[in-house]
Amino acid sequence: MWSDFFTVSVFVATLASGIRLATPFLLAALGEAVGQRSGVLNLGVEGVMLIGAFAAYFTKLKTESTVLAVLVALGVGAVMGLIYAFVTVIMQAAQGISGIGIYLFGLGFTDLLFQKQVGTPQPIPKLAKVEIPLLSDIPWIGEIFFQHNLLVYLAFLLVPVAWFMINKTTFGLNIRAVGETPEAADTLGVSVNLTRTFTIVIGNTMAGLAGAALALEVGIFQQNLTAGQGFIAIALVYFGAWRPVGVMSGALLFGIVSATVLTLKTLGIVEGAASSLLAMAPAILTIVVLVVVSRRIAAPAALTRPFDRAAS
Amino acid sequence: MRIRTTPKTAVALVAGLALVAGACGSDDDSSDSADDAEEAVDEAEETLDSVADEAEEAVDTAVDDTEEATENSAAEETDEAAGDGETIRVGIVAPSASNDLAFTQSMVDSVERVEAERDLEVAITDGTFVVEDAAAAIRGYAEDGFDLVIAHGSQYGGPLEEIAPDFPEVSFAWGTSVDTFGLDNVYAYTTNADLGGYVNGVMAAQLTESDVIGVVGPVEVGDAKLYVDGFSNGVAATNPDVTVNVNYIESFSDVALASEAATSLVANGADILTGTAQMVVGATGVATESGLPWFGTQSNQTPLGEDIVVASQVYHWEIVLNQMLDSLEGGTLGGETYTLTFENGGLEMEYNDAFELDEAVRASADEAVAGLTDGSLTTGVTE
Repeated sequence: MWSDFFTVSVFVATLASGIRLATPFLLAALGEAVGQRSGVLNLGVEGVMLIGAFAAYFTKLKTESTVLAVLVALGVGAVMGLIYAFVTVIMQAAQGISGIGIYLFGLGFTDLLFQKQVGTPQPIPKLAKVEIPLLSDIPWIGEIFFQHNLLVYLAFLLVPVAWFMINKTTFGLNIRAVGETPEAADTLGVSVNLTRTFTIVIGNTMAGLAGAALALEVGIFQQNLTAGQGFIAIALVYFGAWRPVGVMSGALLFGIVSATVLTLKTLGIVEGAASSLLAMAPAILTIVVLVVVSRRIAAPAALTRPFDRAAS
Repeated sequence: MRIRTTPKTAVALVAGLALVAGACGSDDDSSDSADDAEEAVDEAEETLDSVADEAEEAVDTAVDDTEEATENSAAEETDEAAGDGETIRVGIVAPSASNDLAFTQSMVDSVERVEAERDLEVAITDGTFVVEDAAAAIRGYAEDGFDLVIAHGSQYGGPLEEIAPDFPEVSFAWGTSVDTFGLDNVYAYTTNADLGGYVNGVMAAQLTESDVIGVVGPVEVGDAKLYVDGFSNGVAATNPDVTVNVNYIESFSDVALASEAATSLVANGADILTGTAQMVVGATGVATESGLPWFGTQSNQTPLGEDIVVASQVYHWEIVLNQMLDSLEGGTLGGETYTLTFENGGLEMEYNDAFELDEAVRASADEAVAGLTDGSLTTGVTE
C-alpha cells in the first residue's frame, strides 16, 4: 500500500489536487487580508462566498456563459462589500457581529434562491482546464502547475498583485496606515473611511470570486456548498500573518494536506478510526501554526476598531 | 396535505438582517478592543438566544400554516374526506433539501406516495444539517401535538433519545437505525442498503476495464457503510481481481471534498464510480467530466448525469411508513424496528434507459436481485 503512495504519478496527482483545493481558500483569504490590513474584520466571508457561488452557478445554468457567471459573482461580491462597508464604516457597527449577520444572510438567502429558482440539483459543465502551451508539457511540473482552470491561475497571479498593491503603492501605504493608526493617517489627509470602503469591496469581491471558483469547479450548487471554507480562509489570514505570500503558503499547506489525506484514503493506507482522525489533520495543522504565528507577529493595531473622526 | 418549511432559511435571513441592523444601532464609541470583544461576545450570546427563539417560532409558524391549510382543505374537500379513520399528523425533520436527489428526497417522495393512499397531514422541515436546529424542530412538532414525528437522519438519535420521554403520547421514528432506545414511543427504521449495493457491484465488476473501481462515502456509519460494504462484496463475488478503492470523506455535505475524492480515485485508476449521501453531487460531476459510469443509491440519480448513470438503488420508505402508521392506528406508539428490503418492496433497482447496458450484465443484476429477494443469495455484510 505505502509503495503505491510513494510513486511519481501519485505525488504529482496529489500536489495538483492540493492546488485545486487551495484555490477558493486563497482567493477569499487574499481579499480578507487586504481588508484586515486596513483594520476591518469580515466574518461574513463564508456568506459572501455562498452568494458568489450561487450567482455564478445560476448564471452559468441559465446562460451557459462562464465569463458572465464570473462577472456576476464579482458583481454581487462587490455589492455585498458596499453593504458591509455601509454597516461597519459609515454606521460604525461592531465588525464581529455584523460579519456573522452577513454570513447568516448568505446562508439563508442562497438556500432560498436555490429552492425557489432551481429546486433539484442540476449539474453545469465544470470549468475547463487550460493547458499552458509548452509549460504544461514539462514532465511532472506541467501536470502539477499548468493544467488547471483559469481561476486557479488567476488566484495565484493575484498573490504578487496583492503584495505589490499593499507594499509598493500609495494606496497600499494608506491601507497599512489606516490599519495601524487611523488617527495619524487621518491627520495626514488620508480618508480612513474611503480607504476602508475600498478594501472591504475588494475583499468581498474576492470572496464572491472564491465562491464562483468553487461552484464552477464542482459543477453544481447545493445548500451550504462552501461548508465552512470562508471561516478557514479567515484563519489562513492569521496563519499568513496578513501577508499575501504567507496567506498563499497557508492555503497551499491546507490544500496539500487535505489532498494527501484523500490520497491516503483512496489507496486504503488508512482506514476506520485512523481515517477519521486523519481527516482532521488540515484543521489541526492550521491551529498549531496559528498559535505559533500569533505569538510572533501582531495583528494590525486598529483591527476591528471603527474610526470615528469626531472622537479622535 | 403537505407543507414544507425550511426554518433554517427563514431564521438565517431574519437573523442576518437583524444582526446587521442591530449592529448599526450600536452607540459604542470605545476604541478599546478588549471592550469591543466583550461586547461582541455579549451580542453573540443575545443573538444565539434570538436565533433559538426564532427557530421555535418558525416551527410554530409551520405548524400553524399546516393547521390552517388543513382546515381550508377540509372545508373545500368535504366530499373527498378520507376513509373512516382520523387524520394522522406527521412531522418530518430532515437534514438536507427535499429535492437533494438523495437521502431526504427518498423520504419526501415516499411520503407523497403514502399521502395518495392515506389521510395524512404532513409538515416537512428540511435543511436541518445542524443537529441543534433539528432538535428544536423535533420538539416543536411534539409540543404542537403531531401524532408521528420522524427524525430522518442517524445523527438525530442523541436529541431524540432525550426528547421522546418528555412526550409519551407522541410517537417518534428515526433512521437509519435499529435502536429504539428501549422506549415505547420510538420506532426505528433502516434499510438493507447492502442489497442494492451488492447488485450495483455485480454490474460494476463486469463493466470495469481497468479493474479498479472508486467509491466516495460520507462517514462510515449507517446505510452508507452498508451500501459500500455490499457494493464491495458484489464486486468481489463477481470478479475477485477487481480492486475497490473506498474514500470516506468524513462529511455528508462537503461537495468540494467529494469532488476531489472522486478525482483522486480516478487519478488512481478507477474507471467506474459510485457513492452515497447528499454530497455525491460533487462526485457525479467528476464522473460526467471523465465520461465514467456511475452507480447511484437512495434516490434515482439519473438527473445528475443522464449519460453516465447506469442504475440506482431507490429507497421506498412508504413500506416502513405504512407499517408504522398501521401500528400507530392500532394503538402502538413505538418499540419496533422496520427495514427496507427487496423482499418487502422497500428497495428497488431503477435503470437509466439512456445508458446502453449490456444485456448480459443486466441479466446478472436481475439474477442477483432475485437471489437476494428469495434468500438464495446473501451479500455477506454483517452489521
